[in-house]
Amino acid sequence: YNLATKDPFFRKFKPWAFQTREEQYEICLQKHLYINKKCKELNLTEPVDKFFYTEAAAPHENSPIGLHTVMFIPTIEKQGTEEQKKRWLPLAESLKMIGTYAQTEMGHGTFIRGLETTATYDPRTREFILNSPTITSMKYWPGNLGKTTNHCLVMAQLYTQGKNCGIHMFMVQIRDLETHMPLAGIEVGDIGPKFGYGTNDNGFLRLSNVRIPRENMLMRYSKVLEDGTYVKPPNAKIAYGSMVLVRAAIVTDAARALAQACVISIRYSAVRRQTEVSPGGEEAQIIDYQTQQYRLFPLLATSYAMYFAGRFMYDFYLKTTAEIEGGNLDSMPQLHAISAGLKAFSSWMCSAGVETCRLCCGGHGYSHASGLPKIYIDVVPGCTYEGENNVMMLQVARFLMKMYGKLQNGEALPTFMQYMSTDLNKKSCMTEEVALNCLVMAYEHRAARMIRDAAASMEKLVQSGKSPVEAWNGSTVMLTWAAIAHCHAFVTKLFVETVVKSRMDSKVQSALTSLCKLYAVHGIVENLGGFIQDQFFDSKQVKILQKKLMQLLAEIRPNAVAFVDAFDYPDEVLQSCLGRYDGQVYQALYDYAKSSPMNEKEVLDSYYKYIKPAQNGKYQQYSKL
Amino acid sequence: MNPDLAQERRRATFDPEQVTSLLYRGPENVRKRRYLQNAAIQDQVLRGSKPWAFQSRIEQYETALQMYIYMMNKLDEMGVTDPLERMYYQEAGAPHYYNPMALHTGMFIPSIEKQGTKEQKERWLPMARSLQLIGTYAQTEMGHGTFIRGLETTATYDPSSQEFVLNSPTVTSMKFWPGGLGKTSNCCLVMAQLITHGKKRGIHLFFVQIRDLKTHRHMPGVESGDIGPKFGFNSNDNGYLKLSNVRIPRENMLMRYSKVLEDGTYVPPTNQRIGYGTMVFVRAHIVTNSARGLSKACVIAIRYSAVRRQTEVSPGGPEAQIIDYQTQQYKLFPLLATAYAMYFTGRYAEDYYEQIASEIEAGNLESLNQLHAVCAGLKAFSTWACTAGIETCRLCCGGHGYSHASGIPKLYTYYTPGCTYEGENNVMMLQVARFLMKIYPDIKRGGPIHEFVQYLGADLTQKSCMTEEVALGCLLKAFQHRAARLLSDAAARIENLVRSGKSRQEAWDASTVALTWAAKAYCHTFVVRTFSQIVSDAAVDKSTKDVLTALCKLYAIDGIIENLGEFIEDGFFSPHQVSFLKNKLADLLAEIRPNAVALVDAFDYPDKTLDSCLGRYDGQVYPALYEYAKNSPFNEQEVLDSYHKFIKPAQTEQSQRAPMARL
Repeated sequence: YNLATKDPFFRKFKPWAFQTREEQYEICLQKHLYINKKCKELNLTEPVDKFFYTEAAAPHENSPIGLHTVMFIPTIEKQGTEEQKKRWLPLAESLKMIGTYAQTEMGHGTFIRGLETTATYDPRTREFILNSPTITSMKYWPGNLGKTTNHCLVMAQLYTQGKNCGIHMFMVQIRDLETHMPLAGIEVGDIGPKFGYGTNDNGFLRLSNVRIPRENMLMRYSKVLEDGTYVKPPNAKIAYGSMVLVRAAIVTDAARALAQACVISIRYSAVRRQTEVSPGGEEAQIIDYQTQQYRLFPLLATSYAMYFAGRFMYDFYLKTTAEIEGGNLDSMPQLHAISAGLKAFSSWMCSAGVETCRLCCGGHGYSHASGLPKIYIDVVPGCTYEGENNVMMLQVARFLMKMYGKLQNGEALPTFMQYMSTDLNKKSCMTEEVALNCLVMAYEHRAARMIRDAAASMEKLVQSGKSPVEAWNGSTVMLTWAAIAHCHAFVTKLFVETVVKSRMDSKVQSALTSLCKLYAVHGIVENLGGFIQDQFFDSKQVKILQKKLMQLLAEIRPNAVAFVDAFDYPDEVLQSCLGRYDGQVYQALYDYAKSSPMNEKEVLDSYYKYIKPAQNGKYQQYSKL
Repeated sequence: MNPDLAQERRRATFDPEQVTSLLYRGPENVRKRRYLQNAAIQDQVLRGSKPWAFQSRIEQYETALQMYIYMMNKLDEMGVTDPLERMYYQEAGAPHYYNPMALHTGMFIPSIEKQGTKEQKERWLPMARSLQLIGTYAQTEMGHGTFIRGLETTATYDPSSQEFVLNSPTVTSMKFWPGGLGKTSNCCLVMAQLITHGKKRGIHLFFVQIRDLKTHRHMPGVESGDIGPKFGFNSNDNGYLKLSNVRIPRENMLMRYSKVLEDGTYVPPTNQRIGYGTMVFVRAHIVTNSARGLSKACVIAIRYSAVRRQTEVSPGGPEAQIIDYQTQQYKLFPLLATAYAMYFTGRYAEDYYEQIASEIEAGNLESLNQLHAVCAGLKAFSTWACTAGIETCRLCCGGHGYSHASGIPKLYTYYTPGCTYEGENNVMMLQVARFLMKIYPDIKRGGPIHEFVQYLGADLTQKSCMTEEVALGCLLKAFQHRAARLLSDAAARIENLVRSGKSRQEAWDASTVALTWAAKAYCHTFVVRTFSQIVSDAAVDKSTKDVLTALCKLYAIDGIIENLGEFIEDGFFSPHQVSFLKNKLADLLAEIRPNAVALVDAFDYPDKTLDSCLGRYDGQVYPALYEYAKNSPFNEQEVLDSYHKFIKPAQTEQSQRAPMARL
């Protein structure tokens, strides 16, 4: 952090909100090229180290060369042959080739098999001919595609010997390496301004009879031989690895965004005062209002919960991919289900949470001076990219239904699914003490019951004469409920385990335990119907939980600021007048306002152009009333 | 025309024109609305500008200023005076620009009209109407928002010169946020603490000139400017204002109600709360306005969901319209129902305001508390529901929803401030709670109370009458029961805390979450009741009424399922009844499905108002997205200057290879 925040290079730019989009792009490009160079000089190779440096140097600025390093190069490494790696990687490392990854089309997103771009093999010239046959087939959205990159990996339907062989990856040069002009047959450009990501030239790409040599198909797994014979990959799922990694990263990203939003809104809530508590007395810190605590503290707990979930996800990914590389594919369905579920669950919870934090800052939250709108627009696309969240939840549900089938057949379940076999008639063990294990059990009970309910709903529809597909489609709402409940149980259990196992002094331990309990109790109270419709809790237990919730808020109150300080974000990363470590909120807001580009002139040109001519009344002669 | 959308329209079981007529109060008003919209759409001047998203902030401000001045003149020429009709014209003419002079017409002039003396009106109004005076309303300070009594700006009367001296004594006392204050206005109504004879007299309004009427430069002692870029509202120069010993004549205090005499004697108003009218009026309008925002988002998301296809249903078959997915219906249709519910409720609140306002003018303040609570509660309830709903609509459009081409991010940033301005929502809910707790003893006693709150005294041990048929009456009763029970729970909690030794104030403070639950449940009930009443009174044919009834039921059932715990915690519904509701929910989604597009068409927004590639009436979504992309300012140059400036040098620095154009 300090290396970046103390570097005068990064300090010379004006705040992002004062820049036009062109300036945002240009400045960000400059910064990231510099970061790229610096990381090499500093010999930073660990992705996490690089991330910390980058985060402090260009916080929430989506890099115009980001996909080059996180998707383009790794995909060549993973899916390219030895020759391809030798040919392309040095060029890519030296930025001679700047690439991106073009999968999404204007009409096709999460359902990859629906992609329309074609790559047709021509055995005479030993080339692939790439085409965007329809308007919907145009690549649309890939990051950095519009103006920055000169190459991209294009996902396309492979046709050879007149047959469709499914989607594959092709290396396509799109711009001249010297002049940067688009090559023949290529139409490429920026897709225009968006909610956020102004620094990123998300692009469109239309291919018309673009010919590339046979060697430009990524052929580590499947191949097209010179004569056009197609050779299938040994395992169809093997290419999914990088997708899972990206989803794992989204969990941590989402947690970070929410953590930063909590830092800002909790610090501000301690500084801001409103409404005298007793007539004529001092106005209260807004953090002392129970309603404010009720909105912010559960989010604080959520940011911790998601952060732990993200860390787990990454470790689990490393462990499982090692197994997969070693040929053992047993854990793959689990890895897929957990990563899809946590990606969706965390991005939903955290982006909604960031907005709540913004609203908790009242009117000032709406100004870019707060930093919060920026965090929101940066994190919220996580809900739709890399697998739309509803689709992700249904993939989890599909996995859960498979597990449910196994349970019915008496087959063994993976450890994290064993809760499904609990007796659903059993009632909660909850007492006044509100023990962690009773909380976990409640979540597992709810998930197990919802899984059973969804399965029962499908079965009922099948019995009434519907096909299995119709029955599935007629139950997707219930299936989604079950999948969300499953993810919620997973995250809660993980939080509890992390806290119980952590070896810290007893004060820290007890503070974290309160936070963890708050996460669990709040989740129950906010989703109460799901926990009590089968009378799992009796009404006395519900009252216990509601009361405990209010106690926990009061318990956490004195530690709230310390909890957000613990995330250890420097002011340069937060970029917020409200979230400053020193709490000098108002002076900072004043300075922000004074430096607004609208204030460069005391009287704007538009005054003379539009207002003056409109004032043709008979009072024109006065300058003062 | 996109064939999917054409088919949707053919499949509808009712005539959307009837619903349009119901929404806009009769065919005559629909005709007027369309006439004004078309006048704006066909106007060459208003067509001129490039899309807002392609403009810098300064350009956005300038475009908005130009357009609104132009429209103001046009509307005057056409003799359109009704605010709603003016809004229809402006909504179609400059759909995505906030008017930098909105507060001039919306707050500055009306406040002078309502709170100024006869002489003041004569002096200022002609100048304000001819734009010689351009004013705004400066209440919010950097450190003080909803709690008005906390404002720090001072106006100290100096009897020797018969002037008020205005000051911003601290950084936090600076006016911050008022719309149009930064660069546009030359005067403003400043809310300040009045001090005469060395005593604080509470907050009052003062007319302050801030810029020279000829040069537009600052007056002495005035420091003002724009507050910088925001999430949205960027065509508005929300401003700050710092006053240092600014002197204004005694006659510049708005003195219709309270007065300061020449010698400094303070004359308080006859009724303290008489000034609340405008605030309540604004809140009633926010309800309808939020509904408009959500309805536009629904139009866009539902039309797009009928055009967008994803995932083959059976292997090798065509991909399905995403509107056919139950999960998509479950997100969008309750929001569609919410848009209707809030629109009808907002209109009801506006009517109620008009009715009570005339009573108040006549000196009858009996219903003021009731009106105040209803408007505060509905303002908060509707802005929360509608802005969250707009974001859900955006997410329902997948990745494309994130582009400004969709038009939805702009809707969100435009409407979400409604949650915090004109009374922060949580504070509003607690005001509702305070009102309810105040009348609670009367409710318990069975004393004479208003019909709005009568049900709160009902017997809480009663169980639900819900059957498989799911009658509207039983749904409404469920909402009433929940509101009554949550209120009684909150009251009981406070009593318990008081009995355990806490003061009333402490007990209140430790119960605000429970009180907020009760207040929300009260507002929710109000909306369900209004919606069902308007639907059952509506003069429409049977097929239309059936569709509206289904929508109303969906609103109610979804509200129950989403808040299920509160409805079953005390065993009000049996598990059996809960399953009736869940089944009915799934049935209703399927029932509304064929009419979804017709129900959004009925809102009757022209494409220009929606300004969305995804929400077009003709469904030509993809060509529109392509056009939008091609026109991006980034594409004016094939190779950006930054390539030569930064990328090229980085490549040469890192690569020793000989230049080559192709691999």
